[in-house]
Amino acid sequence: MTISQPVKHQLWAILGFAVGVLALSAVLRSDYFELVLTQVLLWAVLSLAWNILSGYSGYFSFGHAAFWGLGAYTVALGMLHFDLSPWITIPVGAVVGGLAGALIGFPTFRLRGHYFALAMLAYPLATLYVFQWLGYQEIPLPMKRESPILYMQFTNPRAYVALALGLLVVSLLISLRVENSRFGMSLLAIKQNEPAAEAAGINTWRWKMLALMLSGALAAAAGGLYAVVLLVVTPEAVFGMLVSAQALILALFGGVGSLWGPVIGAAVLVPLAEGLNAKLGNVLPGIQGVVYGVAIIAIILWAPEGVYWRVRDRLGKAKSASAAPPVLAAAPIAAMPRERREPLGENLLVLRDVGIAFGGLRALDGVDLAVPERGLYGIIGPNGAGKTTLFNVINGFLAAQRGTISFAGEPLVGLRPSQVCRRGIGRTFQVVRAFPRMTVLENVIVGAFVGAADDDTARRMAATAVDRVGLSARANAVAGRLTTRELRLMELARALAPQPRLMLLDETLAGLGHDDLGDILGVIRQLRADGVTVLIIEHTMHAMVQLVDHFDVLDHGRLIASGAPDTVVRNPEVIEAYLGKKWAQQVTEAAK
Amino acid sequence: MPFSLVDFLQALTAGILVGSAYALMCVGLGIIFGAMRVINFAQGDFLMLGMYAAFYLATGAGFSAFFGPSAGPIVAAFLAGPIVFALGWLLHRFVVSRVTGAGAAQTEGAGAYGQIVTTLGISLILQNGGLIVFGSTPTGIRTPLSRSSWEIGEVLLNRGRCVSFLVAVGLAIIVYLYLGHTRQGKGLRAAADNSQAALYMGIDVDKAHRIAWSLGVGITAIAGGLVAGSQSFQPYTGFDFVIVMYAGVVLGGLGSILGAFWGGLVIGVVQQMSTLVLPYQLQNTAIFVVFLLIIFLRPQGMFGRLSERT
Repeated sequence: MTISQPVKHQLWAILGFAVGVLALSAVLRSDYFELVLTQVLLWAVLSLAWNILSGYSGYFSFGHAAFWGLGAYTVALGMLHFDLSPWITIPVGAVVGGLAGALIGFPTFRLRGHYFALAMLAYPLATLYVFQWLGYQEIPLPMKRESPILYMQFTNPRAYVALALGLLVVSLLISLRVENSRFGMSLLAIKQNEPAAEAAGINTWRWKMLALMLSGALAAAAGGLYAVVLLVVTPEAVFGMLVSAQALILALFGGVGSLWGPVIGAAVLVPLAEGLNAKLGNVLPGIQGVVYGVAIIAIILWAPEGVYWRVRDRLGKAKSASAAPPVLAAAPIAAMPRERREPLGENLLVLRDVGIAFGGLRALDGVDLAVPERGLYGIIGPNGAGKTTLFNVINGFLAAQRGTISFAGEPLVGLRPSQVCRRGIGRTFQVVRAFPRMTVLENVIVGAFVGAADDDTARRMAATAVDRVGLSARANAVAGRLTTRELRLMELARALAPQPRLMLLDETLAGLGHDDLGDILGVIRQLRADGVTVLIIEHTMHAMVQLVDHFDVLDHGRLIASGAPDTVVRNPEVIEAYLGKKWAQQVTEAAK
Repeated sequence: MPFSLVDFLQALTAGILVGSAYALMCVGLGIIFGAMRVINFAQGDFLMLGMYAAFYLATGAGFSAFFGPSAGPIVAAFLAGPIVFALGWLLHRFVVSRVTGAGAAQTEGAGAYGQIVTTLGISLILQNGGLIVFGSTPTGIRTPLSRSSWEIGEVLLNRGRCVSFLVAVGLAIIVYLYLGHTRQGKGLRAAADNSQAALYMGIDVDKAHRIAWSLGVGITAIAGGLVAGSQSFQPYTGFDFVIVMYAGVVLGGLGSILGAFWGGLVIGVVQQMSTLVLPYQLQNTAIFVVFLLIIFLRPQGMFGRLSERT
């Protein structure tokens, strides 16, 4: 694997940071300062661990103390009851933390947003009471005077600095690796738009679980080392709300979702709190907390997204998009035959008696549908007829309550959207679901992962897809800045990237001006010429009549007509339910 | 069964009585969350302020002497509301409004980062400021009501808790009517439902938020004042209640005021009933277990609704 330029820079930065910390440790003249430095490093690890889950995926955890505490107690109890060395129990604690992550994630990832964050709050606090009840009120680590090194009991506090630094460097390297891989990109996609990520073939559940397990393992390792440094463990100190709060305050303060944010947060806030404690704590108990509170509020008002981003925005205003790597030249597509109508093949997608109801509303009621290979089929019908619901049922956002759906002979019902995508069904959305903070190319890369064995292939496939829709010139633009036309094209490219056999297009033409329509229609025609089967929902009838081979008309969840465009638009029931007389006339004329 | 019917009824009634105060706290938090979608970590500390406000009014300001030792603390609890309301108003005006509302919605994470740090900061300031001003010695409001009870059969009803039950339920009903039937309350709910649309309809969303925030902390403070009559407290007490409040509000369904009320009540009942079968220390663990169970079975809570469109 080649190492890209930004990653190289980061590796040097990490090395520089490590050397800096060691140098600082060498010049510090008191054990107390060394202890503070050790704490800075350990809290930075916790916050970085938190950042892997919450910073990248957007799933906020208010309960990282659960992992920290499990790590600390693994070390303390291992030493007390089994005479085990921290050299063994810290890694064991990391495993425990990872397993706890799996155990917690399994039920908790059914929740989103605030529900997830608040549910996480419950885990460490519930554990806290259990440990109190078990009688583990205060566990002092036994002194091992005969073999101190074997039990990580050093007289020189610099040894702890070195250990904590080692753990932090490992965490930084892991974060860097995550950030620059399919893992991190999938997490970012989840953060920005989870349903879109899932529909683009990303197994969101798997990545979230991995993130939580990794995060839990790192947090537990840091908690274990913390126990060794402080020599005593109490449930309040390691499972308490302060630990969970610290994890997120440091990251939020420093800059969420960045490699250095948590480190900056720890480097500023931990010494600040310690210093205030030492200077003011004895003068007037409580004043240190007040000052700390005022300080974090003042700084967050100055930099609401964290210090790192604020500083970077200040420094990096001049940084232009041209700095990004150029797009790879795509495979030639000009050679593809234009508008050559190949005969339609076997039925690719078949729906039988599909039904779904929301409460009393039958959104789909016994729908039968068959789309042949290489077909370009249109679905029309009034608003609320169940068109988008039909797509949601096909691609797995909703589970059909009745009936069967098969694709290339295999049943689809019960699959996750990412699995449906994996089988070769791509889709776009009525309201474009972009990942607004990613570039066009990155958006499409996320879509390509499903069809690519490695990240480089994904990159190549994405570049091809971007080229196919004619967006190469905008490949490095941030999605949030695109026009509607460009967004629609980008979404098409994202769905196209893994080379699906069937594309579901949901009102791809909506909101476009007349001139822009042509571009999109061209791409859709080209798709079918390339052998992709297309099922499209659209209201723009005059465009549809020219585009599609076949109409299926939905009304109140039922299929009321099906057939060639010119017969369907004359169907009285369709005119009654959807087209209206005037429209029908115009459409029929347009078709001539 | 490891417990008798009387024990069961005793725990149930105690749960309902304690739960009513929780329910009122949850209503306070529910108003804030419902209107602003802000997770307020300082809510428990406003509750603590309510406790101290009631304490000083009852003892220092001589309410207990003036209104009598039974009624005095209740009146004091009521007046704790406006005091904390005013403090909340100022805090929102000068601090909270800068990380919430329309401006914050544009930043990444819809402003959640700044909000979390800000409310945690406020929480730190109130707790530690409380430590400076009130001292760390646990204190309580002495009222003859909390030391006497009515008997129904063999079940004992603590009089102090009965009175606080009536007050809490009455106040919750008033809040409910206010939100549902006054112009201001409707504006508040509109702002909560869709702040953008409310803005276009000419509702001053920022002001609606300020009212919601101040009202929310004020109501929670009154609940604190009521609880203060039957338990001791210190400046760090608030945190214990944050958990109770969030459990209750999530249980009822984030954003639903009625749900928050029932959620709080359920939490009280679970807490008291758990003592029948579990050791005392695991009371709060029982709350968490029920809390987790319910959000897994019904993530939208008892009264919430799921809404998402593709």
